[in-house]
Amino acid sequence: MDMAFIIETIVKIVVILLVFSALAGLGTYFERKVLAFMQRRLGPMHVGPFGLLQVAADGIKLFTKEDIIPQNVVKPIFKIAPVITAATAFMAAAAIPFWPQFTVFGYTVHPIVADVNIGILYVLGVMAIGLYGPLLGGMASANKFSLISAARSAAVFISYEVISGLSLLAPLMLVGSLSLIDINNYQAGGIGNWIVWSQPVAFILFWIAAFAETGRTPFHLVANDHEIIDGFGTEYSGMRWGLFFIGEYANMFFISFVIAIIFLGGFGDGSIAGAFQLLLKVAFFFFFFLWTRAAWPDVRPDQLMWLCWKVLMPIAVINVVITGLVMMF
Amino acid sequence: MFEAIAFYLFAALTIVMFTITVMTSQALYALTAMAAGMIFISAFFFILGADFLGAIQIIVYTGAVMAIYAFGMMFFDTTRNVVEKRSNPRFVVVLGALAAVLVVFIVLAPIVTTNLNANYPIDLAVGNSQAIGMVLFTKYLVPFELAAVMLLVAMIAGIVLAGKKMDKSLTLMTEEDIALMHDSFTHESTQEEAH
Repeated sequence: MDMAFIIETIVKIVVILLVFSALAGLGTYFERKVLAFMQRRLGPMHVGPFGLLQVAADGIKLFTKEDIIPQNVVKPIFKIAPVITAATAFMAAAAIPFWPQFTVFGYTVHPIVADVNIGILYVLGVMAIGLYGPLLGGMASANKFSLISAARSAAVFISYEVISGLSLLAPLMLVGSLSLIDINNYQAGGIGNWIVWSQPVAFILFWIAAFAETGRTPFHLVANDHEIIDGFGTEYSGMRWGLFFIGEYANMFFISFVIAIIFLGGFGDGSIAGAFQLLLKVAFFFFFFLWTRAAWPDVRPDQLMWLCWKVLMPIAVINVVITGLVMMF
Repeated sequence: MFEAIAFYLFAALTIVMFTITVMTSQALYALTAMAAGMIFISAFFFILGADFLGAIQIIVYTGAVMAIYAFGMMFFDTTRNVVEKRSNPRFVVVLGALAAVLVVFIVLAPIVTTNLNANYPIDLAVGNSQAIGMVLFTKYLVPFELAAVMLLVAMIAGIVLAGKKMDKSLTLMTEEDIALMHDSFTHESTQEEAH
């Protein structure tokens, strides 16, 4: 292992951290603007041009707010829970190829931190650790509503992990590799080769599971809007609450990258046009997260479980069986 | 050098985490330390080049420990210390020490006699997951299928045990219906006890 490799890796890590924490902040701005336009409001508009500096204002508020630790909480666990959510979101990004490789001043850059050959398993596994954040935060809070929300989020996450795993199995069988770069190269031939055409069912299932895993609105049972409190985040304030937020938005961006790379051809053949197409696809999936939030109410917890175990899981299993049969004969 | 640093770092972290798991009387500390320890163990698989097993270790144990959290929520107030009943501490210490010595002996025996060799060394031409698949579906097919059948049996048993009155939805019933159902249920169980 030479020095250049170490320096390159550290630079990549820092760039990804900075870009995506900034994007997470901007994501809140986009969300508020998109929701406002869909609901015929103006959204943030007073701070800066078009309210763009609202992000900075929110950031300053979160950073400088007093960090309140309530009396009866389990202090170490309460303090570490938001860090788990934010840290694992960024750790999962280590195996995502954000861009095709390109050459700057004769030096080839691979925009992926660690090209492990089980990329997708690593990404999903580490994202799954992130759900310890809400769970621990809720359990340590010494607040009954937080505890209920923690239990509910744990149930949702565990259930929908089954869906995301099973739905991914069928496309992975076609590709024959767990590396995200191999999956991308499998679809390098253009739009006709995208996996979404051969695996439409898996695409829809994984997309639904992505909503549950990031805790976005139709499945937003993590924070209970209908109880008019913030679920597991009720007792949090200041930057600890902000870390939960950064983790959630970073997760939304990363899962959008994963969907785009696995099902919609990723960055294609690696040309500049392909790279920008990838960004457009990611932007669409991120916008879709906001769109559903404006358009749909939350579903009830028992409906969510019914949907997971009685509808989506059988469909996913049947999809895997049919894919296997088609591949064998 | 990096492998050595990573090994000692994660070895220390794992030992500290599992020590907390055993020593603490706070259910939430114990559970969290166990989850962290299980995830740190995956680092050893990554250091050894067994990427697939490392990722599987993370995925399986995050889910498994999550289930233990559910039990923790049911049985304890996780924000309070658990008062343990220690009737015979000397007995526990002796048994614990014996078990620890036994485990060290079991692990060290093949290393000391240099009987340790890889039956299926890492083949760089074949991927990690493919290699595991080949071994699992040829030499160890019967144990693999047996484990699958056992899991299926456990799943069906779990559904049967937990699934009483699962066809009725409490949210969709009126208060009177729920009270009626509850009455008939307690009535049945008292009858069963009488038998």
